[in-house]
Amino acid sequence: MAERHPAPAVGTAILHAADVARIVDRIAHQIIENVAKGDFDAVLLGIPTRGVPLAHRLGKRIEVFAGVALPVGSLDITLYRDDLRTRGVRPLGQTQQPEGGINGRTVILVDDVLFSGRTCRAALDALIELGRPGTVQLATLVDRGHRELPIRADYVGKNIPTSRTQAVHVLLSEIDGTDEVIVEGS
Amino acid sequence: MRNLLSAADLSRDEAVEILDTAARLHAVQTREVKKLPPLRGRTVVNLFFEDSTRTRSSFEIAGKWLSADVINVSAKGSSVSKGESLRDTVLTVEAMGVDALVVRHHASGAVARIAQWVQCPVVNAGDGTHEHPTQALLDAYTLRGRLGELADRHVAIVGDIAHSRVARSNVLLLRTLGARVTLVGPPTLMPAGVTSWPCETSWDLDAVLSGKAFGDVDAVMMLRVQRERMNGGYFATEREYAIGYGLSPERLDLLGEQAPVLHPGPMNRGLEISTAAADGARSVVLDQVQAGVAVRMAVLYRLLAGPGEVAV
Repeated sequence: MAERHPAPAVGTAILHAADVARIVDRIAHQIIENVAKGDFDAVLLGIPTRGVPLAHRLGKRIEVFAGVALPVGSLDITLYRDDLRTRGVRPLGQTQQPEGGINGRTVILVDDVLFSGRTCRAALDALIELGRPGTVQLATLVDRGHRELPIRADYVGKNIPTSRTQAVHVLLSEIDGTDEVIVEGS
Repeated sequence: MRNLLSAADLSRDEAVEILDTAARLHAVQTREVKKLPPLRGRTVVNLFFEDSTRTRSSFEIAGKWLSADVINVSAKGSSVSKGESLRDTVLTVEAMGVDALVVRHHASGAVARIAQWVQCPVVNAGDGTHEHPTQALLDAYTLRGRLGELADRHVAIVGDIAHSRVARSNVLLLRTLGARVTLVGPPTLMPAGVTSWPCETSWDLDAVLSGKAFGDVDAVMMLRVQRERMNGGYFATEREYAIGYGLSPERLDLLGEQAPVLHPGPMNRGLEISTAAADGARSVVLDQVQAGVAVRMAVLYRLLAGPGEVAV
C-alpha cells in the first residue's frame, strides 16, 4: 500500500541507493547461476510490502543479465501470521499468482529483512495452499540475525549484525521515494 | 469496532477498510483450497430467530473459510419454542464458550439488546425492520466493483422502504461513503419520518429512473415486496404494484447502459422485478451473493482475528 508512508526513519544509514542497486544485481546473478540449470523454470514471489518491488527489480535485472523474464508475483502472509492475536488485525496485502502458477517450479520468496524467521514460516504456510512448488528458496536484502526458527536465506544481500532492540528500515523508491537501509536505536 | 449492529457504526475509513479486506478475501473463492487460517480455534454461533437461507449460509461459509467453527442455532426446534426468554437463550449459548454471535431477530433492536447482555462480539444479521448492515456492505462492495468509487454516485432504492432493513442500512452506509440516495416507493410503504433521512424521496419511479427528478441514476436497487408483512392494505393489488413500481423491461431502458440492477433476494419475479431485469446484463444479483461471503469474511476477520478490542 503505497500511501502508507512510515514516519521518516531516524538512525544510521547503512546502505545507500548505489549499494542497494549493486546488491540487487549480485542476487540477480546468483539466482541466474542457480536456476539456469533448471532451465529457468522459476518464479519470484515478493512478500508485501517491500518484498514486492524487490521481486520486480530482481526480475528486471535477471532479464537484463540472462535474457529470461521470470514470472513475478506476490504472496500476502497476513492471514498466516502467528501474532494476529497478540498484535491485532492489520490490512491485507495482495496475493498475485505468478503467470503459469507455482506447481513444480522453483519458487523464490523475496523479502526485505530477515529477522526472526516468522514471516518466512508464515509464507511457507501460505505458499502450500496456493500449490505445490518444486523447490522453495528465500532471498532477502538484509539479514539482521536473531532467528527464532530454523530458517535461513538462500540469497542474502547484506548481513547486518544488530541488537534485538534496534530496528532496521528498508526504504525503496517505489514506496518510500528513496533507496536506503537505516538502522535505528542501539 | 467491537460489534457490528448498525451501518451507522462504521466510519468512512472503517467501511472502506472492510471493503478493501473483502476484495482481498474474495480471491479465496477461486482457489482450490478455500481455507484461510486466521480464525482457527474460534467458535461463531449463528443465532437465527427468523428464517433465512442466504444470510445464514453466507455467514456460515464465511466463518468456515476463515477456519472458525460455525454452529447454527435456529429458533425453531430450540428451547425458544419451549418458552425460554431471549436473554436466557442468549446467555446459555454464550456460556458454552462462543467467540462471536451472528444474530437475526424479528424484533427491531433485539440484536442491540443482546449485545448488551453478552461479552463477545455481536453481528447484526437483520433485526426486524431496522437494520441489516452486512447486506449494505455487500451492496456497497458490488456497487464499487461496477462503478468504482461511490462518492457522488446516485443510487435509487425502490419498493417497500417501510419494512426494509436493507434500505435503512444502505442509506446510512451509502451516505457514509459519499453517495446520494433516492428512495422510491408508494406513500403507504414509506416509513414514518423518512423526510429526516439523509436522502431524497419520490413516488414516481419513471421520473427518478429517467433522471428527470434528481439527476441521472447510476444504480438501482429493487427491494423485495415482503408478502408476509403485506397485511395492512399497503397497495390495492399486486398487479397495481407491479405497474407502478416493478422494474419492467421498459423501465430498464430508462437506465444507462452501465447502471447495475441490485436485488437483495429472494426475488418476486413479475412483481417488483421483471425477468428481463433480473437476468439481464445489468443484473448483479449473483455478484451480490458472492460479495456477501467476502464482506462477511472481512467483518468476522475484523471482529475476531485480533486480540479483542481492535484499534482502527
